[in-house]
Amino acid sequence: MSATGAVRRHHAGRRPLPLLLTSVAVLVSLVVLLPLVFLVVQAVQVGWAQLHALLFRGLTATLIWNTVSLLVVVTALCAVLGTSSAWFVERTDLPYRRLFAILVVIPLGIPDFVVSFGWRAIFPGIGGFWAAVLVMTLAVYPLVFLPVAASLRSADPAQEEVARSLGLGRLRTFWTVTVGQARSAIFGGCILVGLVVLAEFGAFEILGYQTLTTEIYNEFQVGFNEPAACALSLILVLLGAMLLASEGSVRGRGRVSRVGAGAASRARPARLGRGSPLVLAGMALLVVLALGVPVGAIVYLIVQGGNSTLPPASLFAATANTFGYSVAAGVVATMAALPIALLSVRFSRRRVMTLERSNMLVLAVPGLVIALSFTYVTEHLLQGDFYQTNPLMVLTYAIMFFPLAVVAVRAAVARSPVGLEEVAMSLGVRRRSVLSRVTLPLIGSGLAAAFALVFLETATELTATLVLHPTNVQTLATQFWAFESNGSYSQAAPYALVMVLIAAVPGYILGRWFDRQPERAAGAGVPLAAPAPGTLVAA
Amino acid sequence: MRRALTGCVAASLGAVLLTGCAQGSGGGGESLTVYSGQHVQTTESLVTAFEKQTGISVNLRSDDEDVLADQIVTEGSHSPADVYYTENSPPLQYLASKGLLAGVDSSTLANTPSRFNSPDGKWVGVSARVSVMIYNTSLLKADQLPSSAMDLAEPQWKGKVAIAGSETDFQPIVTSIARTHGEAEALRWLEAVKANAGGHDYPDNETVTSQVNSGQVALGIINQYYWYRERAQVGESAMHSAIAYFAPRDVGYVVDVSGAGILKSSTHQATAQRFLAFLTSQQGQRILAHSDSFEYPIASGVTTAQPETRFDQLQPNDITVAELGTGAEAIRLLQEAQLL
Repeated sequence: MSATGAVRRHHAGRRPLPLLLTSVAVLVSLVVLLPLVFLVVQAVQVGWAQLHALLFRGLTATLIWNTVSLLVVVTALCAVLGTSSAWFVERTDLPYRRLFAILVVIPLGIPDFVVSFGWRAIFPGIGGFWAAVLVMTLAVYPLVFLPVAASLRSADPAQEEVARSLGLGRLRTFWTVTVGQARSAIFGGCILVGLVVLAEFGAFEILGYQTLTTEIYNEFQVGFNEPAACALSLILVLLGAMLLASEGSVRGRGRVSRVGAGAASRARPARLGRGSPLVLAGMALLVVLALGVPVGAIVYLIVQGGNSTLPPASLFAATANTFGYSVAAGVVATMAALPIALLSVRFSRRRVMTLERSNMLVLAVPGLVIALSFTYVTEHLLQGDFYQTNPLMVLTYAIMFFPLAVVAVRAAVARSPVGLEEVAMSLGVRRRSVLSRVTLPLIGSGLAAAFALVFLETATELTATLVLHPTNVQTLATQFWAFESNGSYSQAAPYALVMVLIAAVPGYILGRWFDRQPERAAGAGVPLAAPAPGTLVAA
Repeated sequence: MRRALTGCVAASLGAVLLTGCAQGSGGGGESLTVYSGQHVQTTESLVTAFEKQTGISVNLRSDDEDVLADQIVTEGSHSPADVYYTENSPPLQYLASKGLLAGVDSSTLANTPSRFNSPDGKWVGVSARVSVMIYNTSLLKADQLPSSAMDLAEPQWKGKVAIAGSETDFQPIVTSIARTHGEAEALRWLEAVKANAGGHDYPDNETVTSQVNSGQVALGIINQYYWYRERAQVGESAMHSAIAYFAPRDVGYVVDVSGAGILKSSTHQATAQRFLAFLTSQQGQRILAHSDSFEYPIASGVTTAQPETRFDQLQPNDITVAELGTGAEAIRLLQEAQLL
């Protein structure tokens, strides 16, 4: 541990937690964690005897094994795929790399149930463990790509040069320095992947792969057994907590990689040389599999046509509704994430970190459970007011995808040097103005990324929407579901296509964000010298 | 640029909130909220006709019938639902057992045969379907088909039979088998059929139908109307399958009843009664008979427009809606067989 790191920690430890920021962060967390309270209340109602019978049967063990093995394989594959594609895009002379930066992000905006639907349309017999691995990996690897690309972009390439000059070989430099710099981002992305896999339903249902979450839906859909479903959900939350704990330990050690971005030179792209066509082919294959297959299947179904016994619906209305919800949820989640992100970076002590981490758990809770928890809350606390209204719908989306916003905002806050705020204050700028004049412009791009991520996920949400949407308001996802579940595939397809097109917009924003990151920081005229190289390398 | 973006965001946010308010204050006319687990094909034309005739606007919320049942229970006394309309009787029996359903007018109950209504008048039957076999005509000949659902547990059907074990339509067959042969035998049957189905245990009946039709698997158990819908969607020329009935009174030959009930918590009791009366009226039943729903109307004197076996000529097992109950026994057996 370097001296600078020690000084910072000491410094942070002495500053008292700011009252306003802390209370807002705690308040936000309480709202975000409401669904977990609901789970516990329901599980308590079941009583221990039934809980025991439900949880300790052979199926539970099978489900946990199915879920955990899938989680491990998908996360590992996403780590490899996300990290390597991020490195190729950010640090090499790969042709068309700016185009790839956008194309590899878009799959995040394609609903997982559309991806499995696409594969199923091409290979009708597809199913089981490896099909689930394939579909999930291709749907969520951008969650690793995005933070790793950001981290590679802002990391100081000088370290690699130093390592090389000290005699480290290319491979070892790559492994210890480059990957080391991105380690926190890789683990952060993997945690998101893990949590999303825990809560995924639609894709596995189509592929006939049984996980804890599909069983939870079964308990709801066939068993009328809400308490049992909640009990099973608690296992999910427990698994999620274990995941987060494992990441906490890793992040704790890797925290020193802070960079005064302005002084870092631009990384010189690695030459791919003769490997270039191979890498290009690999990236193209990734885009074909992750983007081409679902889009191809969608287009094929539209072209193929066919009658539906269902009445026609308005694509325009569904698009407008989806867009409105996604924008609103993106704004709400991003604004709510700011206090927690600021607090957890600037006052990173154990209690604050626990608060921030606990918010992540909501990502592991299936959408249907979250929706019913709000049904419960509005019934018991608000006499049914606000139920099935737009404000509650937006709030629910914002809570479901809140962790994604926190991750993006947190990363941006962590990269913006606290020294700038201190300088501003020492020059007589008042505290509140510092936020608007210094902090927000510095992390503006991070806010945009948070908004884009929440937007993407909201635009494709289905199960919570079905419970909570205002009556007579349809979204792209609910309308897709209405057609798809009736076997009217060619009528369902246009809705999926619009979802993909809508996803391309934030995908583009995210791509551009990473493109502009360094120039922006430099443009802001960051006057700080780069910290000594020793403080940069993860200890 | 940034200002434009902020303006855009603010405008969208405002629009969303505004529509929320507009929704809340709604128009002056009477309206009814129907939670529907029924297929939209069935509900759409009925609702449109009812609205036209009465001037009452109907808000339709569609989801899986059991999710809706859970939702109604969680919503409690402030449920926005006035009417609950389902594909099968067990979810209605479930809400009735929780004391959440008000009774149905006796004049409405008299519209349909009493054996298809709630035993204590808590809900009314609206339409019916029957469980059948669907088989791929190039993989199987009609004379190779089993006569009883029990035969599907035989090893000769390994890899050849498709089910949708987690679908509500499958439960009545399980209940029926347990009623005739006992729980132990029903569980053995489930385990054997599950093993025979292997990878052909699909999430829904639509998938079973299309997989059999496309030749992925030889035989499946469905309700008859899925086959007619598949034909309406893909066209006569793309049909490579046919439906067949089990032997008369077989345990697998079960009539499933779709019905509707009124929530006790509803503040529109009279309007809701009108809606149920309309569903079971001659007019409502005729609409059903000519819709793309392909369900059987059950009021006397109305027959389906499809050239299929007439409802009164079917020879199903004599299991009653009361015996089908909430499906709790079937669910427990399905869970034991790890199909749920």
